[in-house]
Amino acid sequence: MDLIASLTVNGLATGMLIFLLAAGLTLIFGLMSVLNFAHGGLFIWGAYAGVWIYYITNSFLLAIIVAIITGLVLGLITERLIIRPVYGNHIQQILITLGFMLVLQELIKVVFGPDQKAVHPPAWLEGSFQMGDVILIKYRLFIIAIGLLLFLTIYLILKKTRIGLIVRAGVMDREMVQTLGINIRFVFMAVFMVGAALAALSGVLHAPYSGVIYAEMGLEFSILAFIVVVIGGMGSFTGSLFAAILVGLAQAFMAYYVPALSLAVNMLIMTVVLIFRPQGLFKVKG
Amino acid sequence: MSSLLKLSQVEAYIQQFHILHDINFEVPKGEVTVLLGRNGAGKTTTLRTIMGLNPVSKGSIVFKDEEISNQKPHLIANKGIGYVPEDQGIFGDLTVGENLRVAMKREDQETTERLEWILDLFPDLKKFWKKPGGQLSGGQKQMLAISRAYVNENDMLLIDEPSKGLAPIVVEKVMETILQMKEKTTILLVEQNFLMASKIGDRFYIIDDGQTVHNGLMGELKQDKALMKKYLGVS
Repeated sequence: MDLIASLTVNGLATGMLIFLLAAGLTLIFGLMSVLNFAHGGLFIWGAYAGVWIYYITNSFLLAIIVAIITGLVLGLITERLIIRPVYGNHIQQILITLGFMLVLQELIKVVFGPDQKAVHPPAWLEGSFQMGDVILIKYRLFIIAIGLLLFLTIYLILKKTRIGLIVRAGVMDREMVQTLGINIRFVFMAVFMVGAALAALSGVLHAPYSGVIYAEMGLEFSILAFIVVVIGGMGSFTGSLFAAILVGLAQAFMAYYVPALSLAVNMLIMTVVLIFRPQGLFKVKG
Repeated sequence: MSSLLKLSQVEAYIQQFHILHDINFEVPKGEVTVLLGRNGAGKTTTLRTIMGLNPVSKGSIVFKDEEISNQKPHLIANKGIGYVPEDQGIFGDLTVGENLRVAMKREDQETTERLEWILDLFPDLKKFWKKPGGQLSGGQKQMLAISRAYVNENDMLLIDEPSKGLAPIVVEKVMETILQMKEKTTILLVEQNFLMASKIGDRFYIIDDGQTVHNGLMGELKQDKALMKKYLGVS
């Protein structure tokens, strides 16, 4: 029982980190049909910028704030300079964003050095709780709590505010949204920046979780995020949460019970979903 | 006759295809102007071009004495043009209420009154207020699309084939509503259903192969059987 609980917490924490990365990606894809392979670069820049501040100030909260600001600024630059010239052309989007992803990755090495960086959770998040035989690691619970809090916040914004309605409507039919007098480009830029900030936040939260950060992990997580977006349904925010949790749990359990399959399990889930429900688990209706 | 909208020698392409060759017409304030023509003549492209959804390659579009050709769609909409597209453009995952709310530029007393007025004409929308737009019937979707365009104080509405695919009884209801809206706003209507067009419209323009080929008062068209047969296939 304690093993199941422990694996579940691990899976949920991983799932939440992937969700934060995938949430921005799914809105960006759903809203403007943009395939942004540079999303992992924003993740890794959030991780490095946050950890750098964390090293200097020893404040994890400040690290989170700096990571979010880094994500917002990089999101603005990416949308204006990289994405905007290639709207409507998927092939060009894949090529330029993949190229930009590599640039962001290599720039990490130039700015922060090529070595891996070790990261520990802040003192107030170190250690664990014991509930009976079950040991719950504090930092993992923190990630789950942050993930759920952000999901609820964004969900309420999307559901209850006019800005949220505009974003959801834009995902379904961006042309129609424009004819209602709404500047969809501006909405997209804002969503892109928020998505980038979520990716950067995911990066900085991931750092103490994995204990080490390195430049290449952006691309690895980027692929995971794309798998989650496909499973959840392109453009579906709720779908991303479910898919991320599914992938996180599958990885955690497979890594323990069938380690040989732990890397393949995500692809297997995606294949099954694509065969039986090609539109993803949560379809957005236009 | 003071015209609210004027198109002069408008040409437009969709990708490499030359769709509009020479479109010229005026929409007088306070009237319903109907664009008639066979399928593929360029009527829908004309409305999309006015809304900025399709680029103008030549010519001019003047709305309220201001050139609007090739401006961005949201800027054109904010100048006071409401648009009901041919496919209605309903946001399927949003409820009826949310579809209307997303369109409302303001939530003031005036907008509320306009909303109440249109909801009184389409009580089904009140009944299905919390139902997702994608689950409405074709007629209800059309009612929602018209309400969404009307809810803001626009100077003009562009309505593209409101009777398309609807049962006769629903067409009747939509027609009655447009007739009532006519008292409050200027309308440019694209319509294949000649009976409906002739009942609502004040004047007409016939578009054929991307060109405006005839125009006049609707009453005159009803008398000209030869013209109707030639361009509209109505005998």
